[in-house]
Amino acid sequence: MAQFDVRETMRLGLLAGVVAVTVSMVGMVESFNQRDVITRYLTLGQLLLFTAPVVAGFLTVKRAGDRSWRALPNGALAGLFAALPIFALLLLTLAVPTIRQQLVNVSPTLIRILTFDNGQLVGGLLMMAAMGGLGLLGAVVYVVPDRISDPISLAVGWTLLVGLLSEVLLNVLRPLLSREVVRFLFGTRGIQWQTAVIIFLILAIAVFLWRNGGRTYYQRIPRQVLHWLALALAILIVWIPRDFSWLPPSINPLWIKIGLTLIPLILEALLFFSTRSATQPALVKSITDNQLGRARLASRYLIVLLILPAILGVYLTEVVDNIGLFILMGLGLNIVVGFAGLLDLGYVAFFAIGAYVTGILTSTGPLGVAGLSFWVALPIAVAASTVSGLILGIPVLRMRGDYLAIVTLGFGEIIRVLAVSDLLKPYIGGAQGVLQIPKPVLFGFTILQPQHFYYIILAGVFLALFIAGRLRDARLGRQWMAMREDEDVAEAMGIHLVNTKLLAFGIGAAFSGLAGSIFAARLGSIFPHSFALLISINVLSLIIVGGMGSLPGVVVGALVLVGLPELLREFAEYRLLLYGALLIAMMVRRPEGLWPSPVRRRELHAEDDLAMQEPA
Amino acid sequence: MLKQIRDGDWISLVLWLFRAVVILLVLYGTVAKLFFGVGNAYSGRDWANFFISGLSQGSLYALIALGYTLVYGVLFMINFAHGEFFMSGTLTATVFVALPLSASGFLDRTPIIGMMLILITAMSVSMGVALLTERVAYRPLRRAPRLVPLITAIGASFFWQYYFRGLFGSSLIPFPELQVLQGRYTILGVEILKTRAVVIVASLIMLVGLYFFVMRTKTGKAIRAVAEDKDVAALMGIDVDRTIAITFATGAAMAGAAGVLYGLVFRQVVFSMGFVPGIKAFTAAVLGGIGSIPGAALGGLFLGIFEAIGPPLFLEGLGIPGGHQLKDVIAFTMLVLVLIFRPQGIIGERLAEKKA
Repeated sequence: MAQFDVRETMRLGLLAGVVAVTVSMVGMVESFNQRDVITRYLTLGQLLLFTAPVVAGFLTVKRAGDRSWRALPNGALAGLFAALPIFALLLLTLAVPTIRQQLVNVSPTLIRILTFDNGQLVGGLLMMAAMGGLGLLGAVVYVVPDRISDPISLAVGWTLLVGLLSEVLLNVLRPLLSREVVRFLFGTRGIQWQTAVIIFLILAIAVFLWRNGGRTYYQRIPRQVLHWLALALAILIVWIPRDFSWLPPSINPLWIKIGLTLIPLILEALLFFSTRSATQPALVKSITDNQLGRARLASRYLIVLLILPAILGVYLTEVVDNIGLFILMGLGLNIVVGFAGLLDLGYVAFFAIGAYVTGILTSTGPLGVAGLSFWVALPIAVAASTVSGLILGIPVLRMRGDYLAIVTLGFGEIIRVLAVSDLLKPYIGGAQGVLQIPKPVLFGFTILQPQHFYYIILAGVFLALFIAGRLRDARLGRQWMAMREDEDVAEAMGIHLVNTKLLAFGIGAAFSGLAGSIFAARLGSIFPHSFALLISINVLSLIIVGGMGSLPGVVVGALVLVGLPELLREFAEYRLLLYGALLIAMMVRRPEGLWPSPVRRRELHAEDDLAMQEPA
Repeated sequence: MLKQIRDGDWISLVLWLFRAVVILLVLYGTVAKLFFGVGNAYSGRDWANFFISGLSQGSLYALIALGYTLVYGVLFMINFAHGEFFMSGTLTATVFVALPLSASGFLDRTPIIGMMLILITAMSVSMGVALLTERVAYRPLRRAPRLVPLITAIGASFFWQYYFRGLFGSSLIPFPELQVLQGRYTILGVEILKTRAVVIVASLIMLVGLYFFVMRTKTGKAIRAVAEDKDVAALMGIDVDRTIAITFATGAAMAGAAGVLYGLVFRQVVFSMGFVPGIKAFTAAVLGGIGSIPGAALGGLFLGIFEAIGPPLFLEGLGIPGGHQLKDVIAFTMLVLVLIFRPQGIIGERLAEKKA
């Protein structure tokens, strides 16, 4: 039986408590408290506060590795220790009632949350009891066999996530369900407790069945059946009644629905008959089954992606547009940082150049010089970004790693300061920016709504994904990666460092210029403060969280780091606080990212293995 | 240079041209200003004022630059979060010590003790933040590839900025004015704001103190040994982890002190105050030769003066409107130029490309 170290319990408990006090004092608990996860029963603020003792209880028991019931009091003890810092904060507010003059976020509301509305002393004791109980809960999760605790904790996690994103869900489901059903499922904010229970039960049972034999049954289902099921599901989504008010009046939504149904069906039929016939066409022969399967799966996603704006409505589509722009930038920076290993912190400069070039070339206001159409300005903007990427790349060619980061940061700042300054004011408008940028027109139809821009951005993202993917597997991509691993060795292998580096900077900048150009047209006006360093940091964070050098990682990173804060507006103020913490946590715990590229994962694990062997 | 062009090394050519253009622009602006009187006319006293304000600004840069230099010396990493060490101590000391002391009149009655209290608070908070950052974000990654600690440093920088914003709010916080320090001294016919004089003198004392700490004490010797070679230092019985932590703490203490002086001069503090001085101080450290303490001091002073005199001198001479807005551009351009052409800096104690 493992021994418990009380000091370790205390350390973990106090650490959790300090985290809880920290998030309270910076105001996160209070502002997150406005968002209900489960209506009237649980808010995001409480969730944040109460996760700490659960984790402390869990870790305490896990560190000792004791799975018997005797371990449980240690969990409770850790929870109690976690409550101590909070108790101290409450005492401080009693001793110094004017503390709010110094700590602006220690408000009466916060105290009410921390004491369950019971005054500092009674409430503090209540809080201690609650934290102790939650610590115990954390210990229970570890002590109970995985067979039971895994489905439950997974189901709890997903239920809470659904509750958190209930606004999105409500937006999507409202046109489909009757008002009574909506009122039964959703509260004013967050989901009702009935919904939570239903989701929890479904998920828990599903996970339990999956873990206990479900997986083998699933694997026995023929692939063909799954493909057809997926297609049926996608077509079902297409036919659910939707908001098509944004379509140009000359297009009947019905045609779109019919088109999205028939085209994949015809393709499937062609495929079906061509594989049946004895004389296979050359095209089909050259594709392996695996590739074919993946392409068919991807086509199902594509159907849903094409109909997405009609499902999401204006607000959510706008969020998706934002995510798309960040994916574009992320794919570009991923080439520079992820593939070529050049840490560029001034990446926003190219976004700004793309936006400003588009703005000045198309604007009908006093600053516009050419009055070009968006479609002519777009390639010029991309070319301008590429060229500036090359030009800014030249001075930093001979710098390594960290110096490069600082100098590119300097470039980004120089461009921003210049954009605000009086020096360039006659040309780019200084702090007032460029106004009256007309919306793009396509075949006589003005691209105006977020839903319209969605398709432009989607096309851009697909183009960028395609280019980045091809480059990665091409000779150039291999050269970048060789350079990333060791410049000297790469040079000795005959790689021309100058060209390779400059191409990385230029191509990376082109992606960002494309994003900037679309950004300018979408907003209709651009201001220098849209191009702060924070954008560079945002893009860098998303590729690091997603996984450096990984294309799906960029998409995942953008969804998590751009999508979530947009949906949960309370996050806005704490966005950078969380990014900072996330960057550190990722680098220390999971440097390969959420969705790593296979090569990178192997490399990092090889390093781990070596590190494990070293002490032996 | 001719040989390089003959060898077809066009990169060198471009870089040389870039340097030539910048130097010519500066020269042209200076000549136009001094001999043809383009732009505003300044008296000798104005120039002296520019110089003095540059000097006091520069001495702050020098104090902050020490932190970069010390850490770079032992770890070969750029501690991107150093500007936040500068901010954290000052902000905390202002809110919890300076403002209450000033409100109760204590600060004006006993300014020396009051300032000491403020300084001690700022320095210890900065040290605490630095030690925590080192422990959580840098120590676990000491053997990781070079970019990794840089990324965590960026993360730490943003974390601390927004953490302190959460604690103390996002508005500007006034730093109390000391009655003793109102008015001017007249030295050699030049009037100097008392605060500026105090800043210059205090920074000089601290710089010299730090120099002796690193050069003459046993701990300083340990720091130098770790900077030379960590493994051998460990063999000599030096606790490397502890020495690195001490290095961080020393640099952070200097930054905390610089923060209080900053408050005295600019009279307001805010959560984002660390970023630009941080980058500038890094520039100063590189300028002087990163890893060298006298280098950091020289680099800081040089950058401060250059930045203060540059806009009225050659930017106005070039006929650029709103030159003072472009102060940061001067600093960043200087950083780029130094890193391209003389990465070992003015003093050049260490080669910039030396690997950890």
